[in-house]
Amino acid sequence: MANVFTRIGDWVTERAPGMMPAYRKHMTEYYAPKNFNFWYYFGSLALLVLVNQIVTGIFLTMFYKPGAATAFASVEYIMRDVDWGWLIRYMHSTGASMFFLVVYLHMFRGLMYGSYKKPRELVWLLGMLIFLALMAEGFMGYVLPWGNMSFWGAKVIISLFGAIPWIGDTLVQWIMGDYNPADATLNRFFALHVIALPLVLLLLVVLHIAALHEVGSNNPDGVEIKKKKDANGVPLDGIRFHPYYTVKDLFGVGFFLILCAFIIFFQPTLGGWFLEPDNFIPANELVTPAEIKPVWYFTPFYAILRVIPSKGLGVLAMFASIILLFLVPWLDRGAVKSIRYRGRGFKIALGLFAVTFLLFGAIGAGKSAEWIPAIFGANADVSGIEMHFGWFLLAIYFGFFAFLYVYTAFGYEKTKPVPDRVTTHA
Amino acid sequence: MANEGVDHGRRRFLTATTAVVGGAGVVAVAVPFIKSWEPSARAKNAGAPVLADISKVEPGQRLSVLWRGQPVWIVNRTPALLATLAQVKDRLRDPDSKVADQQPKYAQNETRSIKPEWLVVVGICTHLGCSPEFVPEIKPEPFDPEWKGGFFCPCHKSRYDIAGRVFQGVPAPMNLVVPPYQFVSDKQILIGVGPGEKA
Repeated sequence: MANVFTRIGDWVTERAPGMMPAYRKHMTEYYAPKNFNFWYYFGSLALLVLVNQIVTGIFLTMFYKPGAATAFASVEYIMRDVDWGWLIRYMHSTGASMFFLVVYLHMFRGLMYGSYKKPRELVWLLGMLIFLALMAEGFMGYVLPWGNMSFWGAKVIISLFGAIPWIGDTLVQWIMGDYNPADATLNRFFALHVIALPLVLLLLVVLHIAALHEVGSNNPDGVEIKKKKDANGVPLDGIRFHPYYTVKDLFGVGFFLILCAFIIFFQPTLGGWFLEPDNFIPANELVTPAEIKPVWYFTPFYAILRVIPSKGLGVLAMFASIILLFLVPWLDRGAVKSIRYRGRGFKIALGLFAVTFLLFGAIGAGKSAEWIPAIFGANADVSGIEMHFGWFLLAIYFGFFAFLYVYTAFGYEKTKPVPDRVTTHA
Repeated sequence: MANEGVDHGRRRFLTATTAVVGGAGVVAVAVPFIKSWEPSARAKNAGAPVLADISKVEPGQRLSVLWRGQPVWIVNRTPALLATLAQVKDRLRDPDSKVADQQPKYAQNETRSIKPEWLVVVGICTHLGCSPEFVPEIKPEPFDPEWKGGFFCPCHKSRYDIAGRVFQGVPAPMNLVVPPYQFVSDKQILIGVGPGEKA
């Protein structure tokens, strides 16, 4: 009987001769550096979460009813009446947050090991586009349950476009399709969330991986393994992606799924961080939540908007904070990729940048409003202190990019010698 | 299939003209799709003027009505509240309502209204569209020790006086919007059309 499978295989190969070579190119004969560490889990985990979002999302659309009059009730219907509906919905909502978590760690890995540097600029740019598409996807997904935070979040975020000179107000009305976020807004966000943006995301992910496989993966040493090859043209420090890294990634998947399962089964709202209490109240256009704040993954950018007391400048700074990340491959002029061999200045700057990002996240989430009275006393001027501390953080955030350029372009960086081959550390 | 004697000029011309015609087609076909996102006829219809009964709004009280999905506040201001308008003037960003888009001509005055006691404003913060709180008592507040009554936005702490004029040093850039409105009688306000305008 084995013959039947061989014959089916041969039949297909004869008609699609490029298939097996493509499989080998991307799996069994894709040679990845053998020194991948913990930080290299997050690419494949992001892919896993993407699959989870698509599968759970397809099932949610079977029960969800877009429309201002039906959306909120249909989500409650999923949670209470649909068999296992609560699980599918929590898998989707937890998946959204986990998506951003692994993507942020994946991006930080790229910054640490210089994975954005030549010849991988295109991989980085495609990755940044994925991040943008993901932000749009996450935002629109959050609007769909049509809770009160959905409504007011949509209103605030869409009104950001009103800061654009001349066309702002027209653009806002065009996006909403009404004079306020309304039925029309919800319906078009549904269409974009379930079909348009997922198609864009999938295409970008394919391009991201294709671009990566053209140039090969970077590694924690920042050494180009393609420079040292054996007689067969195989990199000396490379190992086959399949089975070696598929098995390693599966190990990571195991841990990751345990963490996700814990959240889904015991802490699905994660104390308001993954699902906010105000979104369990139906949308009410007359009552603003006491504090409008986005879900945690947008809070750093939201804080940048908030600490600047001018709408135009705030919006500009927020977009600049993302656009600058696109430019990192050209701002960083240093020849050494990995943080292991880079100058102390880079290590400190990247560390400060990461801490600043987290602190902005705390401000955007309204945590500073709790912390400031605790530190400075009950009569402290919360918004004043928050704003001035925010400006200090802004200086570090934007200073990072300026420093990166000056530090590397004018030869201030004192690097360590980079080894010829990857270090198989003890 | 000979390649000699190719007229490159003719080939370039044909390629360019085909691209232009095709491009024009793409632009033309994009228009209906882009236009489909405009507020629909139904949405425009629902945005029609709204009649509000103000006969039961006592001095110091506020009535909230929905117009185009936005809260419109009608405040019956007491003489004490009206007296604060001059007191806060030097702390405001735009005390004389110079930004023309924020109110119709007939409300571009000291009280930002047609009748001094009746304030009509859209209750949406000009910062990011939150709905501010109505804080009409003239007494020190945690957010402003010299508070003279007005509106306070809990989202990002913008403050407005009792004519919807924005204070300095807050994130909101402009005064609250005064919508077009007219008094149909002493008891009714029509929101959405100004005096002498047609709906």
